Amino acid sequence: MTMATVQTPPKISAQGVNVFYGDTHAVDNVSLDLYQDEVTALIGPSGCGKSTFLRCLNRMNDTIADCRVSGQILLDDEDIYASQIDVVQLRARVGMVFQKPNPFPKSIYDNVAYGPRIHGLADTREDLDEIVAVSLEKAGLWDEVKDRLDHLGTTLSGGQQQRLCIARAIAIDPEVILMDEPCSALDPIATAKVEALIEELKGGYAIILVTHSMQQAARISQKTAFFHLGQLIEFGDTTQIFTSPTSGRTRDYITGRLV
Amino acid sequence: MTSLPNLKKRWGRPQVQRRLRRRYIYERIFRMLGLAAIGVAGLALATLIVSVGKNAFGGFVQTSIDVDIYLNPEDLRPSSARYRHDFAERVESADMRKLLADALERQFPDIDTDSERRRALQLFSLQARRTLRDYITATPEKIGQTVRMRLLASDDVDQVVKGNIDPRVPESDRRVKDKELAWLAALRADGRISRQLSTTFFTGGDSREPEIAGIFGAIIGSVLTLLVTLLTAFPIGTLAAIYLEEFSPQNRLTAFIEVNINNLAAVPSIVFGLLGLSLFLSILELPRSSPLVGGLTLALMTLPTIIIASRASLRAVPQGLRTAAQGLGASPMQVVFHHVVPSAMPGILTGTIIGLSRGLGETAPLLMIGMVAFVVSTPNALTDAATVLPVQIFLWADSPERAFVEKTSAAILVLLGFLLAVNALAVWLRQRFEVHIPD
Ligand SMILES: Nc1ncnc2c1ncn2[C@@H]1O[C@H](COP(=O)(O)OP(=O)(O)OP(=O)(O)O)[C@@H](O)[C@H]1O
Ligand SMILES: [Mg+2]
Repeated sequence: MTMATVQTPPKISAQGVNVFYGDTHAVDNVSLDLYQDEVTALIGPSGCGKSTFLRCLNRMNDTIADCRVSGQILLDDEDIYASQIDVVQLRARVGMVFQKPNPFPKSIYDNVAYGPRIHGLADTREDLDEIVAVSLEKAGLWDEVKDRLDHLGTTLSGGQQQRLCIARAIAIDPEVILMDEPCSALDPIATAKVEALIEELKGGYAIILVTHSMQQAARISQKTAFFHLGQLIEFGDTTQIFTSPTSGRTRDYITGRLV
Repeated sequence: MTSLPNLKKRWGRPQVQRRLRRRYIYERIFRMLGLAAIGVAGLALATLIVSVGKNAFGGFVQTSIDVDIYLNPEDLRPSSARYRHDFAERVESADMRKLLADALERQFPDIDTDSERRRALQLFSLQARRTLRDYITATPEKIGQTVRMRLLASDDVDQVVKGNIDPRVPESDRRVKDKELAWLAALRADGRISRQLSTTFFTGGDSREPEIAGIFGAIIGSVLTLLVTLLTAFPIGTLAAIYLEEFSPQNRLTAFIEVNINNLAAVPSIVFGLLGLSLFLSILELPRSSPLVGGLTLALMTLPTIIIASRASLRAVPQGLRTAAQGLGASPMQVVFHHVVPSAMPGILTGTIIGLSRGLGETAPLLMIGMVAFVVSTPNALTDAATVLPVQIFLWADSPERAFVEKTSAAILVLLGFLLAVNALAVWLRQRFEVHIPD
């Protein structure tokens, strides 16, 4: 397994990425390869730049006024910061689930159907119905909402909203899924469902997952990257990071001593 | 880590209790001040409604006098000078004054001079002769009979009947003299004086005769003018706001534009009238006094309000909504028109309606573009000469006849009704577009 992935080229390759918010140096010279069929966990203390780095991968940082990104990020060997890249298409290929649930103030159905609609992915009404149902099913929300698809997505509970956002993201079948603490508002049952979903999605997608739960990282990721103060301290196989980290800071963080 | 000071002990101090009591007192004072403010506002509103309403009621009703008129065939013969064979034309040329004056003479045997006949005739509105003529044209079979007709009284009579003319004032200071008062008393004793809801007020245009002056022309003028304002200011204003807020780069030029828009909102409305005068009348040579020019001028005035309100409500749309749509690969336009604008719609509409309400009540800029003219006819097109409700109110308030005081109040009531309707529409639209946005 590990042998095979090493030989295939990386899905995303970040080289020397720096991010500044005005004068704040939020991500400091990070280089990282992310592979298809793998879950990569980004861990690190709060404020270390995990979300910022994640947002570079689908250029969501473009929308922040005083944010500057330098370095190179290749998606399938193509520089996503090159001038000929269509950011809108890029974001359809690299989907994102945000740290804070942000459903549209529309019905549950329309929330999930929005992506397929604007990209013209459904040919018929039945087609769209199926995409919506399967996406909700995968996100572990179908049973709870199947009788009230016309209710506002914003009336769901926080955890349900987050799963709705996951369903919305996978409904357009992206190649890469960026997840920023998708389970931070979920109960253990829903968390297990999302983890099962990630497990299932792994084949065919590259998944990058920011998490504060060491157990979660250990359970479902194949690679782990440890960030501290904007720098990538250590990156490698999850088992190796959790059993024999090379950096003392990584060891301290994993064992709960680094604050 | 340093430890907190002993807060337990501090909680027990008398200062804490005093502070709590003081807080309660402040709460109560604030609530009372709030109630007082609402009370004052309510009182002011009630005073306005009562004072306007009291007068306005008179403006909605008009006095009529019942008279027995002998439709004398002699007076309706073809005149000897010219042979007329068309009946309508003959009635047209017949002297309705004579028919009416003869009837009055029978009613009041004390009339014997020509000048008294004239004074008796002046009990009636000019409209009375038209009513009589129309009646004869419509029912020629009644010629030769005596018919009882209900004819519109003049504005002076109307004022006497409504008690607005004090008979104790010396005769020389009164518009209605003792003679007329005596005639009216006799008519009243006979039960010939009545008051009806004035349909002319709601269906007619302006007139020099207060008893037949109507508000309809001004209503249509206002509607047409506001339609032009809405159709120009709303799209231009919202598109400008959307562009400035969502698409434009933040640079010196946009900052400069923003400052200017904010300043324009504070410019006195008459200045927009001057702008409209030079732009639409002098340069573009559009028709004067027309709803088209009035509407465009009000649109100039309303634009800053709409832009500022729209921008504020666009800015209030949570950023998460934009990032959510962007994250799904929505294009900037899709983000804005699928998500941001619908969420901002209630605020945008509120701003638009506030602007329109202001336009509905505006007089000064319209005076500048000639909408102050005396317009009798109801406008049929955007380019017809027209007047609007507030200008009509202004014109009537300026008229010397006592009867126009009532008309003015009645027109104010109609204008207030319109404002209420526009605002009710705003509330309805706001609720219709209201969406629940998570924070
Ligand atoms: N929009 C922004 N403008 C300015 N500074 C920002 C912005 N977003 C993040 N930062 C700064 O960048 C640094 C990294 O933030 P980031 O959100 O990436 O942290 P994080 O690792 O995701 O933390 P958490 O685990 O708490 O979500 C922080 O110091 C933060 O203050
Ligand atoms: Mg974060």
